[in-house]
Amino acid sequence: MASGTLTSSEYIKHHLTNLTFGQHPDGSWGMAHSAEEAAEMGFMAIHVDTMLWSLGLGILFIFFAARAAKSATSDTPGGFQNFVEWIVDFIDESVRGSFTSKNDLVAPLAMTAFVWIFLMNLMDLVPVDLIPWLLGLLGVHFQKIVPSTDPNATFGMAIGVFLLTMYYSIKIKGVGGFLGELTLQPFQANNIVVKVLLIPVNFFLEFVSLIAKPISLSLRLFGNMYAGEMIFILIALMYSAGIVLGVFGGALQFVWAVFHILVITLQAFIFMTLTVVYMDMAHSEH
Amino acid sequence: MNINLTLIGQMIAFAIFVWFTKKFVWTPIMAALEERKGKIADGLAAAERGQHEQELAKQHAADELREAKAQAAEIIGQAQKRASGIIDEAKENARTEGDRLLTAAQAEIEQEANRVRESLREKVGELAVAGAEKILRREINADSHRDVVDAVAKQL
Repeated sequence: MASGTLTSSEYIKHHLTNLTFGQHPDGSWGMAHSAEEAAEMGFMAIHVDTMLWSLGLGILFIFFAARAAKSATSDTPGGFQNFVEWIVDFIDESVRGSFTSKNDLVAPLAMTAFVWIFLMNLMDLVPVDLIPWLLGLLGVHFQKIVPSTDPNATFGMAIGVFLLTMYYSIKIKGVGGFLGELTLQPFQANNIVVKVLLIPVNFFLEFVSLIAKPISLSLRLFGNMYAGEMIFILIALMYSAGIVLGVFGGALQFVWAVFHILVITLQAFIFMTLTVVYMDMAHSEH
Repeated sequence: MNINLTLIGQMIAFAIFVWFTKKFVWTPIMAALEERKGKIADGLAAAERGQHEQELAKQHAADELREAKAQAAEIIGQAQKRASGIIDEAKENARTEGDRLLTAAQAEIEQEANRVRESLREKVGELAVAGAEKILRREINADSHRDVVDAVAKQL
């Protein structure tokens, strides 16, 4: 639904800009009116759309799941309880499969990650122009409804997981054990001098792999969702290019959406599984 | 794609959601699942126990039936024995009664015979007297010879 006043690149750029609230250069607070303005706001700004959509979806999940859990009986479960139990069972099985230690936090963490990411990803299947257009009528000019295409959201979760793995690493293995893991492998030596000499090398390798975990965790999700969103936007561009291309675009959008159902589920599952695996690594000695 | 405060906000939201899920979703659902697991296990155990009990009851019933049959057979045997006993006793009774009746009848017959004999004797006496009287009437008066007739009659 690119209007005549927008070029294709402007249309794309418009779709990729978050609704940002922050401090303008002149000192006043308010919404950014363009992508450049949003970028100038720096760190002290907030993506209102990402926050609201992700919080809304999270609360939606929590509300329904908690309601099902509250009335959960050990007798024959009703329809929705059955559904929630099915998810719980599925998560529980996945966690049991890859998490060998005992920690009651891991399974709820995995469930939250899976369901929340799935719901955020699911927003990708809403036609890209629908909600921005509706909100545009209300005077809101930027809207990205898929929170997982915002690196803030994916990094936020990945850093949360990272902090938890650090916490449990140090809690289980002690500071010494954690530092030892960072510095005394993968290259090992019996000679004390060689050992000391190997410390920087080991530390470099281990530190990179440690930092790579949250970055790859968040970038994988972000990259997949961002690319998927981008393709939806590109397909949407076809609607302004004549009836033949428009119909073709419609078919294409349907096909991509069907394929994307797989992608969003898979990405949520991968995020969850890797979270569990990282937590497992934090709990076990090498 | 600017990194800004949203990152912190998302981290906090994630943490709160995880905490909430753990406390209000995961724990109660798992508790319900565990409880159901227990219930199912109990139910299966109860079913097995029930089956076992049923088998025992069946066996018990068969035993009881066999015992009852044996008892019935014994009772029938006893009854038969008793019946034949009663028959024998009745036969015996009948025989003794018959004998008794026979002897009584014989005694009565004898008595009757005696009586008849007695009356016959009297009649014969009378006849003799009557005969004698008829004979004597021609010769002697009955009144004058009454004492003789009486004496004769007494002797008969």
